[in-house]
This record gives sequence, structure tokens and C-alpha cells, in this order.
Amino acid sequence: MLSKYSEVKWESQKLAINYFRVAIILFLANLLFGLLAAIQYLYPNFLFEIIDFSINRTLHINALVVWLLYAMIGAVYWMLPEETGIETVGIGLGKLLFYILTAAIAVVVLVFLLIQVGAGDIKSIWLINEGREYLEAPRWADIGIVVVVLGFLANVFLTAFKGRRTGILTVLMFDLLALAGLYLAGMFFTKNISMDQFWWWWVIHLWVEATWEVYVAAVVGWGLIKTLGANRKIVEMWIWIELAMLFGSGILGLGHHYFWIGTPEYWWEIGALFSALEPVPLIGMFVHVIYDWGKQAGKQHEINNKPAFAWFVVNTFGNFLGAGVWGFMHTLPQINIYTHGTQWTPAHGHLAFYGAYAAILIGMMYIVVQGKYGIRQMRFTAAGKWGISLLTIGLIGMTMALTIAGYQQSMIERAEFGSTWAGYFAAQNSHWMLQAMGWRLAMGVVTMLGFVFLFKDLLTIGPKLKAEEAAGSTANANAPAGAAATA
Amino acid sequence: MEERPTSVWGSTRFWRKSAGWVTGVSALLLIWLSADTVPQISMRSAEDLDAGKPMRVPPPTVINHKITYEFDARRGHEIPIIGEKEAFFGRNDYSEEEANALLTHGKLTVQAKNCMSCHTLLGNGGYYAPDLTKAWLDPAWSDQGPYMAMTGTTSREEAMAKFLMKPSTYPTHARRMPELGITEDEAKAVVAFLKHMASIDTNGFPRNFAKINGGVNAK
Ligand code: HEC
Ligand code: HEM
Ligand code: HEM
Ligand SMILES: [Fe+2]
Repeated sequence: MLSKYSEVKWESQKLAINYFRVAIILFLANLLFGLLAAIQYLYPNFLFEIIDFSINRTLHINALVVWLLYAMIGAVYWMLPEETGIETVGIGLGKLLFYILTAAIAVVVLVFLLIQVGAGDIKSIWLINEGREYLEAPRWADIGIVVVVLGFLANVFLTAFKGRRTGILTVLMFDLLALAGLYLAGMFFTKNISMDQFWWWWVIHLWVEATWEVYVAAVVGWGLIKTLGANRKIVEMWIWIELAMLFGSGILGLGHHYFWIGTPEYWWEIGALFSALEPVPLIGMFVHVIYDWGKQAGKQHEINNKPAFAWFVVNTFGNFLGAGVWGFMHTLPQINIYTHGTQWTPAHGHLAFYGAYAAILIGMMYIVVQGKYGIRQMRFTAAGKWGISLLTIGLIGMTMALTIAGYQQSMIERAEFGSTWAGYFAAQNSHWMLQAMGWRLAMGVVTMLGFVFLFKDLLTIGPKLKAEEAAGSTANANAPAGAAATA
Repeated sequence: MEERPTSVWGSTRFWRKSAGWVTGVSALLLIWLSADTVPQISMRSAEDLDAGKPMRVPPPTVINHKITYEFDARRGHEIPIIGEKEAFFGRNDYSEEEANALLTHGKLTVQAKNCMSCHTLLGNGGYYAPDLTKAWLDPAWSDQGPYMAMTGTTSREEAMAKFLMKPSTYPTHARRMPELGITEDEAKAVVAFLKHMASIDTNGFPRNFAKINGGVNAK
């Protein structure tokens, strides 16, 4: 994916490749800082007062959010010319914004690492660290992000209006608009911590459980047409159904974060009811993919990009399991009073983010590689198989470890001790917790290994399959693609 | 190719319209509910506090008062009780402006040092360190707990401020809190922030606080 070779004709797709390149590097940062944080759970003196847990965690989750956003923007720039049939309007501006955003992010990372914390005044919020989980980027960077995203949106809207505006694009346009608008809800200071968290959740929840999910529904739909040759009319109808279900449950499902932050009791009922419905569209998305797969298999239609499709399957199943099942487990207030803010939450957070977002965007990376090298038939390489297996095993393993940790933390710290400082450490120092943290680290290493294979595969699969196809077509024009692999 | 749908269930138009309606109605409901919630979670006035009105988020002047967390039979869980006047760093007469400035400084410090990346506040944040929602009431800071003696202080707020300025020199566990360059002024302000947070009505979170050591009504 890093090489210069390219059969891509559209400038928009060249820009998309750049977005994916940065995304994969930030994915590496995401994992690296996660590992450092996980080590500190077991060896608290590791990097103590050098790069503290708080710094590692901030870099871990911010790298995550930014790599997902980069890949999301990249995927749209990739799809745009294919959907509209024309070059993206304002592509020059798009490229400029890409470099500005990337430079800004590099500066923010350096400030997090080297300056780390500021004095307790508004200057620190503007220049160093906003100190609000996931939205730690200082205010100047927030404004930069808003400007860049507005430019991106302008490009998408102008291109869609000028070219062919398909159903998939229509969904994406309005969804991206909402996604960008929500970011503004996180950009103000208040001394009132309840008010702070009330609006903070508008950004976080309405991103991951509403607008990002709809984005995924649209991209999976597009991917099914692309890899399986699924019927566009049916796919687009499904996307509208999914959108109705996702927004219908996800928007008011926001209430499941308003149980204990100072907000009134009526959110117990509203949050419980609507968030309990959130898994329904996730089952729907899973069924959709499996159904289309079965239908096309019946028609003897070959999947033209096996790794991408495999990642789509990991996506729909992981989304259902991580967000749907693991989310549902702690979404009722009777349970959440004991699990809120324990290791239950990251157990769910890891599998949900991986299943719902990382997987689909890795799938898109394979589609990009296919397009970049003009490969007719993408098969799985050994590295690709190791990558998808180890990453998935690693994430599921971490989730299991954190679930056990969360269970005993709810029992010991929350139920038995009543959440004091002493109770917190009684839970942290129990054998169950220590073992779980050991397994989390081990599974984190497995995850990292999976990443190494994935990275290698993304770099090499293109040239490799391209050469095979070229050799195959000169040696035997009728040989099925992939048969040349053994030659 | 153009197939006529045999029923509305197979019609893209129908689903597109439904999606629009569902989204619109949900968004409007959320906005309506938020319009009800936001005033309820806004900080109340110092007058309301003095008049003893029930409130979810008290004003900054709550730092002039004793705060406890007690079981409420009607609601079925604990709620913060704002009691008689109590000295905070030797005074119980912080004016609205003073208390306001203190709380603002405290909240800014909490953000600039990113406490939330290790601790949870109101249950949200990192899971590496204890939840701070009711940290003000934690038995470890009381005269029965170890910290007044460790820091050579005689009050909860002084012990907390001393600790926050040099946390890694007062450890109680292998997992220590690092030094974050917190000044004396910042430390006092952060303690005011923590005291205020303990007075927020969180619908009984955390449940049965300090059930084992110190009792539900931490003194
Ligand atoms: C790098 C992680 C980290 C950061 C950042 C951090 N803390 Fe801590 N904090 C800890 C750890 C670990 C402990 C437990 C120390 C012990 O038990 O010895 C702790 C303990 C505490 C306690 C005592 C626990 C209790 O329940 O009363 C308070 C209060 C506290 N921290 C407040 C803060 C505030 C305020 C900030 C931000 C200005 C902050 N911490 C930032 C890790 C952190
Ligand atoms: C792809 C979709 C989802 C993602 C990526 C996701 C991710 C997350 C993350 C990262 C958190 C922790 C936030 C924090 O740092 O404080 C969280 C919290 C939570 N999620 Fe999800 N989630 C998803 C879907 C769902 C669904 C469908 C449900 C319910 C059915 C759900 C229920 C919850 C609940 C109840 C919490 C609060 C946990 C607590 O009280 O500490 N989530 N989610
Ligand atoms: C090498 C693998 C990884 C390791 C070792 C790791 C470790 C960690 C650690 C230690 C935390 C802090 C939890 C805490 O506050 O106690 C964390 C948080 C988090 N990580 Fe990871 N992580 C890894 C990979 C990932 C991946 C691949 C994703 C997403 C796809 C991810 C998403 C998150 C999220 C969303 C949070 C915040 C959770 C919350 O607040 O509930 N991590 N991770
Ligand atoms: Fe949520």
C-alpha cells in the first residue's frame, strides 16, 4: 500500500490512499500505547513519571479515534468517483487539507508526549490538553479539525450534486453532516461536571451508536455490491431500513449514559428501553451480509476480494457481539449501577470498536489495494490469514479477560466494599484481577502480532497478486485466477 | 430491470420516508428531553442553597457546608445531604464569586492534568485509579483514616491538598499516582471541585458507598 505503483485513475482515489496510509500508521500507534498502558497495570513502576498511564491511555484512544476517522474519510474519497462517475470537485483543496490535518495531528501527538500537562488555566485547554476522554485534543486542533471536515463535506456535497447522487451517497451525505455537527457539542468549557458530561456524551454516544453505525451500514452495503455483486436496489433499501432502526434506537439510547451523572431519573426508563433495542439493527446487518452471501453463492458468483469480504464478516459479527451483546449486558440501570466505570466498560469498548469500526475499515483497505493494483481476483495470502486470525483472537481474548476482571470488580469493589479507595484496591489486587490483566497483556501481544502480519500483507499482497495475474494470463489465459499461485 | 415493488415492504421509497420520520421524531424527542434536563443539571443559585431547596447540582458555595451521603427511603438509595456550615481551609464564608472562581480553577486543573485519563469522574474516564465521584467522603481522608496522619494535617481538605501536590511521596499502594506539577492554589481548587462533585445528586451512584469501612454515612 505504500509503494508508488498505481493503476488508480481518479485523483480522489489517490488522496484516499494517502488517508489510508496515515490510518495504518496511527493504528500501530493505537496498539503500541495500548500495550504500554497494559504493562503499567502489571508493573506500575514501568515508565512511571516518564510516560504515565494517563499519557499512554490518551495516545491509545486518540490514535484510535483519529485512525478510524482517517480511514472513514479515505473510504469516502475512494467511493466518491465510483458512485458519482466524476472526479471529486475541489480535489486540490482536499489534498491541501490532508496535509494540514496530518501536520496538526503530528503536533498534537508531540505535545501529548513531550509537554503532557499544563497549568490549571484556560491556556492549557487551548494549547495542550482538553482533558476530556477521547476529545483530549487542544481547542486549536478542534477548530482545525472542524475546518478540515467542513472542506471534506463541501467536496462530498458538491461532487454528489454535480455527478450521480446514488442512494448510498445520499445516506452518507446526511450522516457525515450530522457526524461533523455533533463534534461542536464537545467544544466548550464549563465548571459544571454534570453539564460537561451531558454534552460530552452527545459527541461520543451519538458518534459510535448512531452516526458511525449508519456510516458502516452504507459502506458495508457498498462493499457487498463491490465484492459480491449484490443487487444495488435491494442493498439501498436495506440501508434505509437499517438507518431507521439505528437512529430509532440509538438516538434516545443516549439515555443509558444519563443514569448517574446528575441527570434526572426518567433517563433510567428511556435509556433502558431504547438502548435495549440497539442490538436489533446489528442483528439485521449481520443477517443482511449472510443473506447476500448465500444468495450470491447460489448464483455461482465468485467473491472478487476474499480478504475484504472476510473482514466484512468479522465486522458484522463483531459488531453484533461487541456492541450488541456486550453492550446489552450492562445497559440496564439495575446492572449498570454496579458495572458503571469498571473493567466491564473497556471489555465492551474493545470488542465493539474492533468489530464495528476497525474491521470494516481494514476491509476497505483491501478494496483499496485491489483497486490500486488493478487486481481482478483478490485471494487470501498466508499473511492475510494470520493477520485476520491473530487480530480477532487477540481482541476476543482481551475482551474475555476484561469481562472476568469487570465481573470481580463489580462484586468486590462495587457490591461488597461500596466503591471506596480501599475497595477499589481490594478488587485490583485480587487474584482474578491480576490474572485477567496478565491475560489482557498476553492477548494484546497476540493482537500486535496480528497487526504485523496485516501490515506486511497490505504492503505485499498487491504486487504479489498482480505478478501472479500477469504470469497467469500469459501462461494460460483460461486458468482461473489464483491457480498460478502454485506455479 | 425496473421492477415494480409488489408491496410497500419492498419499496425503497417507503423505507426512505420511514427513516426520515423515525430520525426526525427521535431527534425532536431528544431535544425536548434535553431542554428539560439542562435546567435541572444547571448549577442552582446560592439563595436556593440557603433556602434549602432540593437540587441536583448545587452552587459552588456548597463548599461552605458539611456534605454527607445518606440513605433515602423514598428514593431507595443514598443521596447527598447538604448540612450545616463547615470550615473549608479554615473558612465557611466563601462568597459566590470566591467559590465560583475556586471551582472554575479546580475544573480547569482537572482538565489540564487529565485526571480523567486515570480516574473515573461520575463513573466515566480511565479505570486505572479509584472513582472520584465521592472521593471527598472517602473514609481514608477522615480522622479514622491514615491520610491526616501521613500528611501531618488536621482536616480532610488539607490532607487532600497535600497529597495532590506530592502524591507519589504518600503512596498506599504499589500503583502510585504520579506528580503532576500541581501548585498549592491548584490543589485547593481541585479539592473544592471534588467537594462540589460529592454534593451532586447522582441517583445513588456509587451504591452503598463505604459499606465496609466507614459505614454508609462517611463522617
Ligand atoms: C497517571 C494516573 C493518575 C492521574 C493522571 C491522576 N491520578 Fe489520582 N490517583 C492515581 C492512583 C494510582 C491513585 C491511588 C494511589 C494510592 O493508592 O497510593 C490515585 C489516588 C487519588 C486520590 C485518592 C483516592 C480517593 O478515592 O480519594 C485522589 C483524590 C486523586 N487521586 C485525585 C486526582 C486528581 C484530582 C487528579 C488530577 C489532577 C489525579 N488524581 C490524576 C492515579 C492518577
Ligand atoms: C459500535 C458500537 C459501539 C461502540 C464502538 C461502543 C463503545 C463504547 C465505549 C468505548 C464505551 C466506554 C466509554 C467511556 O470511555 O466511558 C461504551 C460505553 C457503554 N456502551 Fe457502548 N459501544 C457501542 C454500542 C453499544 C450498544 C449497542 C450498547 C447497548 C446495547 C452499548 C452500551 C454501552 C453502555 C451501557 C456503556 C456505559 C458503560 C458504563 O456505564 O461505564 N454500547 N461504549
Ligand atoms: C495491543 C492491543 C491493546 C491493548 C494492550 C490495549 C489496552 C488498553 C488499555 C490498558 C486501556 C485503558 C483501560 C483503562 O482505563 O483501564 C485501553 C482502553 C481502550 N482501548 Fe485498548 N488496547 C489494545 C487495542 C485496542 C484496539 C485495537 C482498540 C479498538 C479497536 C482499542 C480501543 C480502546 C478503547 C475504546 C479504550 C477506552 C475504553 C473505555 O474507556 O471503556 N484498544 N486499551
Ligand atoms: Fe452509548
